[in-house]
Amino acid sequence: MTNSWMDIGNADVVWIMGGNAAEAHPCGFKWVTEAKHNRGAKLMVVDPRFTRSAAVADHYSPLRAGTDVAFLSGVINYLLTNDKIQKEYVKHYTNASYIVRDDFDFNEGLFTGYNEGTRSYNRSSWEYVMEPDGFAKRDLTLSDPRCVYQLMKKHFSVYTPEVVERITGAPKDKFLKVAEWAASTATGDRSMTIMYALGWTQHSHGAQNIRCAAMIQLLCGNVGIPGGGINALRGHSNVQGITDIGTLTASLPGYLAMPTDSEPTLDSHLVKRAFKPLQPDQTSYWQNYRKFYVSFLKSLYGPKATPENEFGYQWMPKLDIAYDVLRMFDVMHQGKTTGLFCQGFNPLMSVSHKAKTIAALSKLKFLVSMDPIETDTVRFWENHGEYNNVDPTKIQTEVFMLPVTSFVEEDGSFTNSSRLIQWRWQAADPYFESKKDIEILSDLFLRVRTLYEKEGGKGVEPLMAIDWNYKDPRHPSSDELAKELNGKALVDLKDAEGKVVRAAGQQLATFGEMRDDGSTDGVQWIYTGFYGPNGNFAQRRDNSDPSGLGVYASWGFSWPANRRIQYNRASADPEGKPWSEAKKYMFWNGQRWTGPDVPDYVPTIPPERAVGPFIMNQEGVSRLFTRGFLADGPFPVHYEPFESPVANPLYPKIKGNPAARVFKNDMEVFGDAKDFPIVATTYRLVEHFHYWTKSVHANAVIQPEFFVEMSEELAREKSIRPGQMVRVWSNRGEVKGKAVVTKRLKPLKIDGKTVHSVGLPLNFGFIGEAKKAAPVNTLTPFVGDANAQTPEFKAFLVNVEPVPGPVA
Amino acid sequence: MNMELSRRSFMVGAGAGLAGTTLGALGFGEIEAAHAAMIRPYKLAQTKEARSSCPYCAVCCGMMVFSAKNAEGKMEVTHIEGDSDNPINRGTLCPKGAGALDYVRAKTRVKYPMYRKPGSDKFEQVSWDFAMDRIAKLVKEDRDANFIEKNKDGVAVNRWPTMAFLSGSSCTNETGWITWKVARGLGMLQIENQARI
Amino acid sequence: MFPPIANPKAEAITPKFGEQDLIRRSASSITPAAKRQTEVAKLIDVSKCIGCKACQVACLEWNNLIEEVGINVGVYENPHDLTPNTWTLMRYTEWENPESGNLEWLIRKDGCMHCEDPGCLKACPAPGAIVQYSNGIVDFVKDNCIGCGYCVKGCPFNIPRISKVDHKAYKCTLCSDRVAVGQGPACQKACPTQAIVFGTKDEMKQWADKRIKDLKSRGYQNAGLYDPPGVGGTHVMYVLQHADKPQLYAGLPDNPAISPIVELWKGLTKYAGLTAIGAFAAIGFLHHIVSGANRVSDEDERNAKRLAGGSTK
Repeated sequence: MTNSWMDIGNADVVWIMGGNAAEAHPCGFKWVTEAKHNRGAKLMVVDPRFTRSAAVADHYSPLRAGTDVAFLSGVINYLLTNDKIQKEYVKHYTNASYIVRDDFDFNEGLFTGYNEGTRSYNRSSWEYVMEPDGFAKRDLTLSDPRCVYQLMKKHFSVYTPEVVERITGAPKDKFLKVAEWAASTATGDRSMTIMYALGWTQHSHGAQNIRCAAMIQLLCGNVGIPGGGINALRGHSNVQGITDIGTLTASLPGYLAMPTDSEPTLDSHLVKRAFKPLQPDQTSYWQNYRKFYVSFLKSLYGPKATPENEFGYQWMPKLDIAYDVLRMFDVMHQGKTTGLFCQGFNPLMSVSHKAKTIAALSKLKFLVSMDPIETDTVRFWENHGEYNNVDPTKIQTEVFMLPVTSFVEEDGSFTNSSRLIQWRWQAADPYFESKKDIEILSDLFLRVRTLYEKEGGKGVEPLMAIDWNYKDPRHPSSDELAKELNGKALVDLKDAEGKVVRAAGQQLATFGEMRDDGSTDGVQWIYTGFYGPNGNFAQRRDNSDPSGLGVYASWGFSWPANRRIQYNRASADPEGKPWSEAKKYMFWNGQRWTGPDVPDYVPTIPPERAVGPFIMNQEGVSRLFTRGFLADGPFPVHYEPFESPVANPLYPKIKGNPAARVFKNDMEVFGDAKDFPIVATTYRLVEHFHYWTKSVHANAVIQPEFFVEMSEELAREKSIRPGQMVRVWSNRGEVKGKAVVTKRLKPLKIDGKTVHSVGLPLNFGFIGEAKKAAPVNTLTPFVGDANAQTPEFKAFLVNVEPVPGPVA
Repeated sequence: MNMELSRRSFMVGAGAGLAGTTLGALGFGEIEAAHAAMIRPYKLAQTKEARSSCPYCAVCCGMMVFSAKNAEGKMEVTHIEGDSDNPINRGTLCPKGAGALDYVRAKTRVKYPMYRKPGSDKFEQVSWDFAMDRIAKLVKEDRDANFIEKNKDGVAVNRWPTMAFLSGSSCTNETGWITWKVARGLGMLQIENQARI
Repeated sequence: MFPPIANPKAEAITPKFGEQDLIRRSASSITPAAKRQTEVAKLIDVSKCIGCKACQVACLEWNNLIEEVGINVGVYENPHDLTPNTWTLMRYTEWENPESGNLEWLIRKDGCMHCEDPGCLKACPAPGAIVQYSNGIVDFVKDNCIGCGYCVKGCPFNIPRISKVDHKAYKCTLCSDRVAVGQGPACQKACPTQAIVFGTKDEMKQWADKRIKDLKSRGYQNAGLYDPPGVGGTHVMYVLQHADKPQLYAGLPDNPAISPIVELWKGLTKYAGLTAIGAFAAIGFLHHIVSGANRVSDEDERNAKRLAGGSTK
């Protein structure tokens, strides 16, 4: 989230699409109801189903699952065609004025540089025209036909309301109302927030869905202001923190990158990432990358990291290829993986194409589950009849089920969806023999190290190089680890005049204190300040809010630098004045940037220096045109899901996202509309959390059994009665559930054809107190987003039929 | 079923002198009942309170967790409700958070280390020592077999491509750091969390 | 934001009300407390409700109720009805508004309304099994309950349920144990969108006015407060988008009133006092018409009305 949960209360228009906040984030949704009650805000919901968010909305529009880019591009076209954009913002805070290379083009659904054989682009032409001084060329009048603004106008002109209706099935009037309400915030005195979740990400074009939303918000001037922003409502309680810490195949903590084979030295890694400014005087904050990287290596290797040994860079594992979760299971399926650790993770439920997952798990030599509760995965080898029909005698995997403490039996910090770090205090003793993850992993690490000390083996040096300096090595405390995340001075840090600004051993107050010479450490620069010299700020509990804008600056700590709204320099105009009194937030008071938040800017840089508000970007402005940063194009394009009831109405020859990766054998098991005419989408129910609460009695009581939602029309067509058991099958498997026949789903007219949809809640499996069911991922396709590799769970094809027998 | 044991029902049954009368036969112990404590005793008296946060979604609602000593002398959770001081949720909880007590005491809570032998159709209880020794041994065996110190160009790559780790996104940041350190320290590349799914 | 009630404390607290504050006691004559406590109320704003069932779970948890895991029968309601353990239940209605053409998903939290004039209490033949405090809370006292089921008949909202296990009647207590120590009910505390708020009845009416104004500004011309006079008003009230059509909301009664049979019973007890014979006769009569067929015919209603002297109040 660029903004915070509480800040949603400042919105004038709330747009929920690609998510269902009322169901997936009910207590965060409270701030939507607050905006409505206190400010008369309007809520609009766009979703294939009339959801519980829609139940309290002022406007609802349906659309076909998987066509969000077309809908959103229609809104972009509306804003541009009707000139409903916040001109000054767009001109000064986006790259609308940047001139794009002449050899960049878009034809028949493809950008310049496509290679069909590799399903990828050569992206070199997706770039600005560079001036001889090394800066990018601009036209602030926005009239140059090669400027981003003019290219956008052309690119999006195809998405007229009629085309939007034809592709998405959203009735024109319902679509237009959404566009109008969005446009009503392009004024500087009103703001719109966009709230989305996995309904946008779980597509083969997921990143482009979010790009569209970002472009709309930038055109309306809604980024960096109260009640605005792009708000990704994240899933697990600490998925933000765990993503920040970078337990992802290609990540280091704090959004630094894993080294690769092509980066044999520390310098060769760093040189690619110290992005130079593309306009004079811009901040381009990643120029500090080196300081953060070296401080990280100092935390990882401790005193063993020295300038002479590149701070231990040679010990770091190097990536040959990125093993995102789909590739991980594809590799496992090939029999190339020996062991899998599942820490609070249930991949049998959460990874696409369950039959493939079962086959993959069965090829492991061993599986370790660390979880407070039993998962379906840890019992993948057990026969549960039609729900998990396997033969245990044929599965040779050794399985360990280790009892882990639950949240009440541990302490530590959590980072919520809006980057707010809060502390959790321990309330109870560990349940039976359960142990904390920290204890289990420390134990394992030390046992393995002892084996290597005794027996020797491969890779001893990098293993022994890891710094493990904890008071009790078998039980590192949360407090010690939190301090490590923040970082400290390793020697007395002095300023230019030789004055000690941070004494050796002291915690760092900001990442601005980090150095690249090994004199500071710190695992995660973006968290620096959360446990600074004045203590653990995650534990702060002052809930005062003097501005009344929901800032709560002294409650916990919001990374980076305790900032609550990101890009907040953009809440003021280029002269440093608020865009309006109504949206006053951060502004220049003549001496410095001030306001209720921490400025996202060097606080003393005056407006006349024209330093852009998007300080992480080389341009200093935001990108409507993303250059070569995304795999599937610098502008969004409507591509159909890989399984779609119609050919792409705009580019009939293109199947799916042309730049999305498809593994061998997975292309073959895509189904087509002839056999599978019905669009299916999966989703969460408010009564359950993922695959977890089916083991929780109260939640099993309030939503006990897997069901299939369908329209009255489809039920009639298939002779399905409410409450009847139905079979749903895709080209990869089948599931059975009770029919919930509802007015909340309606058939849509797509490109002249009637298209039905079914909704499949994903919370059910064969372990727990809820009724047993086959996981919905039995049905889903094994393909991910072209950039993030997030699986396409939200739009695929199935067929449906009633199961004979009595109705419940 | 209301599981609260009623001390009053004992008194009504034993004490009423009306057993032979019409009213008595119908269970009317009026005199006694007039003294009954009609409002249930407040159940948080004599508990200990800790400020926590919800384990489920990324709103991270503040929670108050109340606990008391159980028969074995261990602190056990007795009630959970929202923390009104927390500015995000202001004391509210959704149906998951409101039922978190049933998660803590779920029937499927794992109590002991369990082990399933190859080809077996059941788990058996083992000691922590057995489990951790065995896992450490399996880890070392495979790491020794498949760890790559240098690639064909002689670059130090120090990777262990045959081991995978799915890191839980409901763990604390501090757990996340230990996880990163252990998994990468061993040389793993196949590390993922729930961010993508 | 309706100001949240401060967190509960983990310590023994003297209850703020108790037997001294009773204003009614089933099948008993009592002298009501001289000074009435401030009336409390729970306000359920249907227009803010997202149907998440947090209230259902909070109720189960706080009251130590263990409900059975049921099945799906093609709807979102689970359990399928109120039960001795499910004291509150979300009920979902899909309604296509003929005026706007829009689909509306009307979600109502069902449960005890804590009537000012409680039909259950009036119907109850067991002395002290149902009581009403001067703050308006109507509570069941389990130890005094005989499981006869008359409260079910007496209730115009069909709320109490008789346990097959201990043969006692159960329903929402408005969390009298929480209210007694200055807390709101568990459902209200949990409600994510503050669709449920709790306070004095006056405060709740004022808050409802604001909500109704907001709804009217959004085109709900018939938005209004549900505080039905037929039962003397209630201590659980609804804000409805379509207050002119309460029936839309899963059959919320348009004009709830206590059955005349119950009024008759009340009349008889007034006559006969609590003499065993009077009570016995009346119980027999009621038992016949209530438990016998488990429903009341129009003729019974008419007879009862006549016997009670024509009054239905």
